[in-house]
Amino acid sequence: MSPVNYVYLAAVLFTIGAAGVLIRRNAIVVFMCIELMLNAANLTLVAFSRIHGNLDGQIMAFFVMVVAAAEVVVGLAIIVMMYRSRHSASVDDASLMKL
Amino acid sequence: MPALPATGGVPSSGGALTLAATATSGGETAAFWVLGTIAVLGALGTVLLRRAVHSALCLAGTMVILALFYLANGAYFLGIVQIVVYTGAVMMLFLFVLMLVGVSAADSLKETLKGQRWLAAACGLGLGVLLVAGIGQAAVHTFEGVGRANAGGNVPALATLLFTKYVVAFEVVGALLTVAAVGATLLTHRERIEKSKSQREQAEERVKRGTQLPPLPAPGVYARHNAVDRPGLLPDGTPSELTISATLRDRGQVREVGQEALHRVAALEQRTADSHGQTEHGRMYGEPHDPQRDVDDADDAGQGGREARKARGEAREEEAAK
Amino acid sequence: MESLIGLLVGFPLLGAAVLLCGGRKLDRSGHWLGVLLSGASFVTGVVLFAGMLGKPTDQRALHQHLFTWVPVESFQANVAFQLDQLAMTFVLLITGVGTLIHIYSVGYMEHDVGRRRFFGYLNLFLAAMLLLVLADNYLLLYVGWEGVGLASYLLIGFWQFKPSAAVAAKKAFLVNRVGDAGLAIAIFLMFTTFGSFTFAPVLDNATDAGEGKLTAIGLMLLLAACGKSAQVPLQSWLGDAMEGPTPVSALIHAATMVTAGVYLITRSGAIFNGAPDAQTVVVVVGAVTLLYGAIVGCAKDDIKKALAGSTMSQIGYMVLAAGLGPIGYAFAIMHLVTHGFFKAGLFLGAGSVMHGMNDEVDMRRYGGLRKYMPVTFVTFGLGYLAIIGFPGLSGFFSKDQIIEAAFAKGGTQGWILGAVTLVGAAITAYYMTRVMLMTFFGEERWKGQENEPHPHESPKIMTVPMIVLAFGSVFAGGLFKAGESFVHWLEPVTQFEHGHSPVSAAAVTGATVVALLLGVGGAWLQYGRRPVPSVAPRGSLLTRAARRDLLQDDINHAVLVKPGEYLTRGLVYADNKVVDGAVNGTAAAFGGLSGRTRRVQNGFVRSYAVSMFGGAAVLVAATLLMRAV
Repeated sequence: MSPVNYVYLAAVLFTIGAAGVLIRRNAIVVFMCIELMLNAANLTLVAFSRIHGNLDGQIMAFFVMVVAAAEVVVGLAIIVMMYRSRHSASVDDASLMKL
Repeated sequence: MPALPATGGVPSSGGALTLAATATSGGETAAFWVLGTIAVLGALGTVLLRRAVHSALCLAGTMVILALFYLANGAYFLGIVQIVVYTGAVMMLFLFVLMLVGVSAADSLKETLKGQRWLAAACGLGLGVLLVAGIGQAAVHTFEGVGRANAGGNVPALATLLFTKYVVAFEVVGALLTVAAVGATLLTHRERIEKSKSQREQAEERVKRGTQLPPLPAPGVYARHNAVDRPGLLPDGTPSELTISATLRDRGQVREVGQEALHRVAALEQRTADSHGQTEHGRMYGEPHDPQRDVDDADDAGQGGREARKARGEAREEEAAK
Repeated sequence: MESLIGLLVGFPLLGAAVLLCGGRKLDRSGHWLGVLLSGASFVTGVVLFAGMLGKPTDQRALHQHLFTWVPVESFQANVAFQLDQLAMTFVLLITGVGTLIHIYSVGYMEHDVGRRRFFGYLNLFLAAMLLLVLADNYLLLYVGWEGVGLASYLLIGFWQFKPSAAVAAKKAFLVNRVGDAGLAIAIFLMFTTFGSFTFAPVLDNATDAGEGKLTAIGLMLLLAACGKSAQVPLQSWLGDAMEGPTPVSALIHAATMVTAGVYLITRSGAIFNGAPDAQTVVVVVGAVTLLYGAIVGCAKDDIKKALAGSTMSQIGYMVLAAGLGPIGYAFAIMHLVTHGFFKAGLFLGAGSVMHGMNDEVDMRRYGGLRKYMPVTFVTFGLGYLAIIGFPGLSGFFSKDQIIEAAFAKGGTQGWILGAVTLVGAAITAYYMTRVMLMTFFGEERWKGQENEPHPHESPKIMTVPMIVLAFGSVFAGGLFKAGESFVHWLEPVTQFEHGHSPVSAAAVTGATVVALLLGVGGAWLQYGRRPVPSVAPRGSLLTRAARRDLLQDDINHAVLVKPGEYLTRGLVYADNKVVDGAVNGTAAAFGGLSGRTRRVQNGFVRSYAVSMFGGAAVLVAATLLMRAV
């Protein structure tokens, strides 16, 4: 088996995560799907790291993780704020920026 | 499952280090297919399960499996970080917020945006096909393996890179984390801009408003159920939403009082009328367990709102008939 | 001496500025300021005239350079004045008659609320007219030319609350624009031909240029003259211009401004001398206008319009004379001056009559007024005798000279022109006698009308200028004629040749007198012997046509206005449908498209996410495609 298979798996996970972002309405679940996509990307980076035999990919994955953590912190804070003001965590309820 | 050995496919002998491998070990192959399937299932679960908690658990499973894959790919440090930070901290944060927002609220699977599902499916499929096609085109058939890079240990090697080549990025990311932390604090922090009201002021305000002078009625905890999410019944036997805390009402987590329960209440009232003289207190607590009189919640827990309302209406009619 | 020239223009210009910018504080006394500055200009003119007389003939021309207006290398536009004999004549006429009419206006406009403004405009007119005749180059002349056009516009439309006055002002301005365009083109041609538009180099070198160029310049100058002097075919505005106050008609539309065309032709004599074809056209225009104005004058019942027809006719005489070349220039200017006296006098008399008749202008409602306004009668009568050419009075001398010069043109042309001028003299006598008879003789047809007027003589301030002008009407001609003094006076500027008439001078004079008697007799038969009906009879076809100004407006309307309207409508239609259609259509298309596209912005994050992922997919596809290619 070639490590490229990991990349294929990452593509599948990424696609599933993307579909989840598009389909789900609960902001928290949407967030989880985004995390899933980030992890898929990380898997790709790690697999590339192995294919190319250097650790830069892992470093990248590490940075992605840190950024993801920051994003989660802020994002969840926003969700909490949203819930406080609207009593709902549905992304469809926050649709004031329409016509 | 134990961590898989880092079989980079590279023989450990120094002379062959330069040779690129073309296949991984059989064990890893088997593990890939088994764990990969589980990971995909977990991802699907994350997307498809109605309850957010279930989604979160599925995602946690997928992440653990990804951690194993990291380990299998020689990224020992990342694998551990994945488990500790992601599965441990981030997912816990998710669950924590979920609890705040309402743990049992299930997403309705009915799509409200016209054509959103089709578009999402098309986009997802298209993207997936394109990605797979792209990867197929890349035509990487050999791989180096990280054995040599990890020769002095994965963590020291990473640290070396991180604090030399990527030190600037590292510092910037550190600043980003700080900013994120401050930002989150700012976002969720609520400044109190006015003096908090004293008890007397609150009382005066309530009198002035005039809608609900006495304290709000208690939920059905003392009446029939040992739960705060069960509405108390009014003297005529109708359940009162006022008795439930606003948060539970917002989350839609009010348990309806079943039709049968209402019948039983009616019967109870009847009996009370029959056995005059006997105190209610004594009857309720003095008598042994009677299954017929027990108003259990097991049967009415899952009833929907409309049914409950109908039942409520019927109960009211019965009352009127009497 | 030279430095005084600027004052000629400066005084009235100052008056106009003060009166028009001064505001209501000047309402009570502003008109006297206007009179004073006009008089000051006249006095300056007289001083300069005296100085000029004291010099030998060939050193009389004065020159004053004020400043260089447009100092571009080969294009030097100067503001400079040239006061020679020709300009001097005009200066005296303009300031003299102008001052008299200023004085007259003090009485005539006494009760008008806009009197200060009126005097401001009059002073503006004087300044512009003096600039016109004093300019030493065509460009500055053009400035004055436009200035008098503006002043004329303002004064015709002085009672702009009357729609007829507003329309007449607009008409005068528009028709004049046609002539102005001609003058502008003439100046362009001069600049390309001679490299200058200053009088001296242009006129001195006129013979060097080809005849074709001179003819072109001459025709353009003639077009300009036609516009300003109301000559056929640009004559239509003058009759309507009588909507203005009567002093305006007297000053601008009889005595001075309308003669600017004659001045232009005379001043540009060197150009016309080199272009016989242009001269022929000038003569034809003059002859046609002469008859045209006379015929129109016969049919009008409005006293001012009858006089306006007469003005056209008399200017026709002048243009004809100017078209004759060196044998006619001096006589054209001479007739211009005498005409300035008697026509101004006649208009002022008409104004005086109107003043006493509740502003009635219809002569069929006059009659027998000689008893009620004797001074007006006498002065008007003297002007009348002068214009018909009664022997011994001004008009006799000047017109007689023109008729002689016309015969002297020689050949068939000479005979035709002579005949035309003689016929014109007869018709002039006819219509002026008609005016005279209808106004001052016969029954008192104004009696028994509603609002019966009470005819009365005008105040002194109005009659005195009339008397002065009457003196001019009587004696000017004789004075000029005596010893050919006027001709010699002008000779250095316009040159002079004695025409060789095939008919003896005595015969011409005799024929003129016969024509005069015929005209007077005809008019007496028709209007003196029989009572004048107070409602105009239907009249012959010619009369009806003449009442409509010989269909000039109808022709203009049919030939110019209608096609213009159709063109405008067509353009408006094209603009609305095609241009606006394209523009608005584009806008509407984008608007509609945006309206549709806008629905994409439904506010739902997930919709936006779909487009984002779609975009990402497209990018990946594009990348793969690029790799494949």
